[in-house]
Amino acid sequence: MQEKVHVSGGTALSEQDVHSGEIFMTEDSLDCAFAWDTGVAINRYLTELKNGRIIATECRHCNRIMLPPRLFCELCFKPSSGWVYINDTGVVNTFSICHVHWDASRIKEGEKPYLPAVIEIDGASAGMGIMQLLGEVEPEKIKFGMKVKAVWKPENERTGSITDIKYFKPI
Amino acid sequence: MRKVAIVGAGMTKFVRRALETPKELAYEATKTALDSCDLRLEDIDCVAHGSAPDAFDGIHQKGEYLADGCGGWNKPTMRVYVGGGTGVHAIIHGWHHIASGMFDTCLVVCEEKMSSAMPHAQGFFLTIFDAITERSLHPNLLWIFALEMNRYMQRYGYTKEDMALVAVNNKRNGLKNPASQFKDEVTVEDVLNSEIMAYPVSRLDVSPVSDGAAAIVLAAEPVARRLTDKPIWIEGVGWTLDTAYWGTRDLYYPRYLDKAARMAYEMAGIREPAKQINIAEPYDPFGYKALHHMEGLQLSPRGKTVELLRDGHFALDGNLPMCPSGGLLGVGNPIAAAGTMKVCELFWQLRGEAGERQVPGNPRLGVAQAWGDLMQVSSVVVVGN
Ligand SMILES: [Zn+2]
Repeated sequence: MQEKVHVSGGTALSEQDVHSGEIFMTEDSLDCAFAWDTGVAINRYLTELKNGRIIATECRHCNRIMLPPRLFCELCFKPSSGWVYINDTGVVNTFSICHVHWDASRIKEGEKPYLPAVIEIDGASAGMGIMQLLGEVEPEKIKFGMKVKAVWKPENERTGSITDIKYFKPI
Repeated sequence: MRKVAIVGAGMTKFVRRALETPKELAYEATKTALDSCDLRLEDIDCVAHGSAPDAFDGIHQKGEYLADGCGGWNKPTMRVYVGGGTGVHAIIHGWHHIASGMFDTCLVVCEEKMSSAMPHAQGFFLTIFDAITERSLHPNLLWIFALEMNRYMQRYGYTKEDMALVAVNNKRNGLKNPASQFKDEVTVEDVLNSEIMAYPVSRLDVSPVSDGAAAIVLAAEPVARRLTDKPIWIEGVGWTLDTAYWGTRDLYYPRYLDKAARMAYEMAGIREPAKQINIAEPYDPFGYKALHHMEGLQLSPRGKTVELLRDGHFALDGNLPMCPSGGLLGVGNPIAAAGTMKVCELFWQLRGEAGERQVPGNPRLGVAQAWGDLMQVSSVVVVGN
């Protein structure tokens, strides 16, 4: 039996091809703007962040203190049972030292790397981590299980945003 | 449910930047798949096509745009979109069309053109993060991988060198694949010495940005037997979504895959996947991900995967070859097309048509898997000859 072709097409363009003027490009740039309503649960979360406190919701059916807080428990699909204030301290579950910006451009000489981490906040159920940044720490000194505490913006600079917490620092 | 077979497959080369438009890429893969089983478009009853974020192309609702290139004109056509999981998910979608008895033949086509996004496709991943509770931290997609890789390594005491072995293995296999966008072998030192993008992720731990398309033809049993004496049967399918609260999952184990894999094995009557599966195509956008997914696929005991890799267990001539195609690391990663490419590879391997990269010993069963959305979806297909 005759062997069939498996691969066809996919003509590679090189940088020279692109700059030669023989391959035409059509360019456009989109400027998209959005304003998101923060919702029933997260609006309260942000309100409390503005007050310098972290609030979670509880599911009494699943025995969970949930962070970020939510209107309903995604496991049992019942409405959350109520609100609970939790601490602004936690433990580093995992972390990274990131040398690129959100758009993949590289950070510049002298610019500090981003230090994203998954932090399990004290008072929330075990494993309920949130993504936040670490600060006031040398990247090479970050450890798994490290205890950290929120560093808040001054009260008059808080806007009701997750960035009202500047970062978490080791304690 | 009716038995469904793969009867044809085709793909384009994967390249960093293709001259072809998305629709032209889809056409090349689709036409090659149809020609491979001597079918014409009029023999096809329906189309299941897939492509990942519209933002890459800057074409909103690109499924409709793409349909002509997938042979979708005047046919029941549905697009699947679950991010990186799309390429395997679309095949499950096509399987439903036929298994249900609704149609006898179905084209499954997945395409991605990432090069149009300026300056870099990666920027668009910012918008997969939660708009209110995460995005204002300006996350890069690499964060999530780096956080997961670091946690996985820490949990089992793996090193960056261990993780680099995957890129070496997969890129070596990829050199034998005529569709690969790479020409050079890499060593562990090359990976370790490549730029650290988001520790512990270095540049060569990451699959590239690519353009490409891949397609398969599915047929119901009587049609398949008429068309070929080597049909490849879809023996099991499985898929699940974990919660979008990704920080709530402990990232060292891919729970989203565990359930999907068990679902597919149960359907296929597989009780001991690590012994019964002959070829694995786990989703490998990053080196560690292949190992992470081998564990989730129940093909390797948790925490023992590096040992098996080092012992040659996953090599092309090992007991359970991993990514004989070269995978995303060794062929390229046009998101949706990459998952479908993995099933094309199993089709060729199980028919003994994989040329230089043919797995020896007449393999009988293969599994392919893809993963995506906010690190939460997994799609699994088990195929056999
Ligand atoms: Zn609950």
